[in-house]
Amino acid sequence: MQHLIVRAALCVALAGAGPVLADGIALVSSEKDHALTVIDLKTLAVTGTVPTCKRPRHMQPTPDGKQLLVACGESNAADVIDLATRKSVRRLPLGDDPEAFDLSPDGKTLYVTNEDEGELSMIDIASGKVLRKVTVGKEPEGVKVSPDGKTVWVTSEVANLVHVIDAASGKLEKNVKVGKRPRRFALTPDGAQLWVTNELSASVSVLSTKDYAVIDTLQFQVKGMRDTDITPVGITMTRDGKRAFVALGRANHVAFVDVAARKVSDLVLVGKRAWHVALDKAEARLFVCNGLSDDLTVIDVAGAKALKTLPVGRVPYMAVLIE
Amino acid sequence: MTCARRLLAVALLCGAAAAVAAPFKVLLLERADDPQLERSALERAYLGHRGGPAFDGLDVALKEAKFELDAAGTSVALERAAVADAAAARDAAARAQKAGHAAIVADLPADWLLAAADATALPLLNVSEAADRLRERDCRARVLHLLPSERMRADALAQTLVARRWTQVLLLTGPGEFDAERAAVAQSALKRYGLKLVQTKPFKLSADPRERDLANPALLTGTASVGNYDAVWVVDSDGEFARSLPYRTALPRPVVGDAGLVALAWQAQFERFGAPQVSRRFAKAAGRPMVATDWAAWMAGKAIAAAAVAGPKGPAAALAKALPTLELDGSKGTPMGFRAWDGQLRQPMLLTDGQGVIALAPADGVLHPKNNLDTLGADAPEKLCKPKP
Repeated sequence: MQHLIVRAALCVALAGAGPVLADGIALVSSEKDHALTVIDLKTLAVTGTVPTCKRPRHMQPTPDGKQLLVACGESNAADVIDLATRKSVRRLPLGDDPEAFDLSPDGKTLYVTNEDEGELSMIDIASGKVLRKVTVGKEPEGVKVSPDGKTVWVTSEVANLVHVIDAASGKLEKNVKVGKRPRRFALTPDGAQLWVTNELSASVSVLSTKDYAVIDTLQFQVKGMRDTDITPVGITMTRDGKRAFVALGRANHVAFVDVAARKVSDLVLVGKRAWHVALDKAEARLFVCNGLSDDLTVIDVAGAKALKTLPVGRVPYMAVLIE
Repeated sequence: MTCARRLLAVALLCGAAAAVAAPFKVLLLERADDPQLERSALERAYLGHRGGPAFDGLDVALKEAKFELDAAGTSVALERAAVADAAAARDAAARAQKAGHAAIVADLPADWLLAAADATALPLLNVSEAADRLRERDCRARVLHLLPSERMRADALAQTLVARRWTQVLLLTGPGEFDAERAAVAQSALKRYGLKLVQTKPFKLSADPRERDLANPALLTGTASVGNYDAVWVVDSDGEFARSLPYRTALPRPVVGDAGLVALAWQAQFERFGAPQVSRRFAKAAGRPMVATDWAAWMAGKAIAAAAVAGPKGPAAALAKALPTLELDGSKGTPMGFRAWDGQLRQPMLLTDGQGVIALAPADGVLHPKNNLDTLGADAPEKLCKPKP
């Protein structure tokens, strides 16, 4: 009898931790607060902040999920934050004005764009040593490492190019002309297509990773808005590669894109200058940072509808979900 | 020929690319001993005034375009020549055409610029002259203007006053050579945006007690003579009087125009759209903050580089063809192009107090049937420019 009660209690406990809304937090970097805002994923409420180095922008967890790397533009370093204690445990120098970065698949090397210098720096995370610097076009921004770790892609906002760089040698293998002010990348899960947002061309360029031909250009349109008001920056894709989500910047909308058809299926109104998009693990909710309204909009993906918009820090840059 | 000619070739040649076409040669025409660049003028650093030579901005733009030019297998070579008068400007422009140049960048007074433009079939990029007549009655087909016109500045300011509902405006006008014309431009902008001109008064820099009605800010702005007003718009090309006006008005009201709140193409503290990177690169290269005319020169360099990339194999005429059709990114958040009707680069304007950017123009809610940027400056239907061929 006693046995039964214990078992029942266990069941209740398990049900409470239920699969629908996973436990976890979203961390949002705020350029002007030098802090990350912590959001509870279940209640969608702000529960605290984590202080960081100055002007935190791009963030990425280490492959083991234990630490979060936060690139800080004004500190010329990354804060290494222990996710269990939510405390900074180390500073990793990243060179002048680091903006975005990506990690090698083994998590040992960090590739970071240095906006002012127009360089891609390759950094050994364990020792903090700069392994190599590659000169690229001015104001490099988006950086992405191929799944096999052999290639690094970088956008240059000034040169309007995607640079294709060999990770091992640092050799610049190709410059691909895309739209104006290229920003961020998404890669289809088969690795065949590289999608690049063009902030000042209201478009996404689709590149073939085989020969770097521009296969297609997806032009965004929002009813009642001019092309110049549509400034796509953030982009992400579902794991099955069927759907992409693009933050349309000043157009204050997020576009849902059917990847195969390269067509926009939905447009969801969010906050001012929607900037960055992140999916949760279940791909049920999309977290959108609105750079000019200092808030974050949570979108229900299935319904293509905004669920809630909550105030975060000043000039939110991106959200990372820790589940 | 009194043309003192300095030559500086900046070869932007690519190391890696295999077949590089002959460089596009560009000539920067400058005024010899430019009074705007005298040390005392630079030290005063009045808002809207020069910060240094146009070369600095051009050079930064061409150097940062190196990657894109290399990738396209082309290059741009910049030369500079200083001229002492309009005739020398004309001769230098004619020589540039003979020498196979692809474009001329003009950092010249209006009349000298016109002399140069009429002596050549090359495209001429104006980086420092805001006079409206160059976009209106004295416009030329191949002249492109990177710096906003006086009218664009006045429209930007008027829109900002409307947005603030500071509708009653007192206008003070200086004795400078161009002040009367600029005050007329300000008055037209007030009218266009439905603002009320409370009164217009001339001022004079003077310590003579007999002229105090003209020179004393408190008397010029006193309610006994002008009644109430929401803002004082000061037109002062010289800048010294305007600089002294804020905080010295009879009523506690903002000063706008050539001091206080000023509408400019650029301000070094602008925080958005990647602007800090541009200002920082410029400051690193030139050793001084980037001001509006530097931005215009930088944009001229960007335009030339973009045109070279559009037709990398030449000939020089390909550059002239590409220039007017470009869409340019000037780190002001929106693509910018040249107006077909007067060659002016349409662009957002920054309203600044010299310490930061207070507002942007076009102001929120000011709309235009085609492009909101065309609410600033002369619009197509006005047909103010009937260019000489």
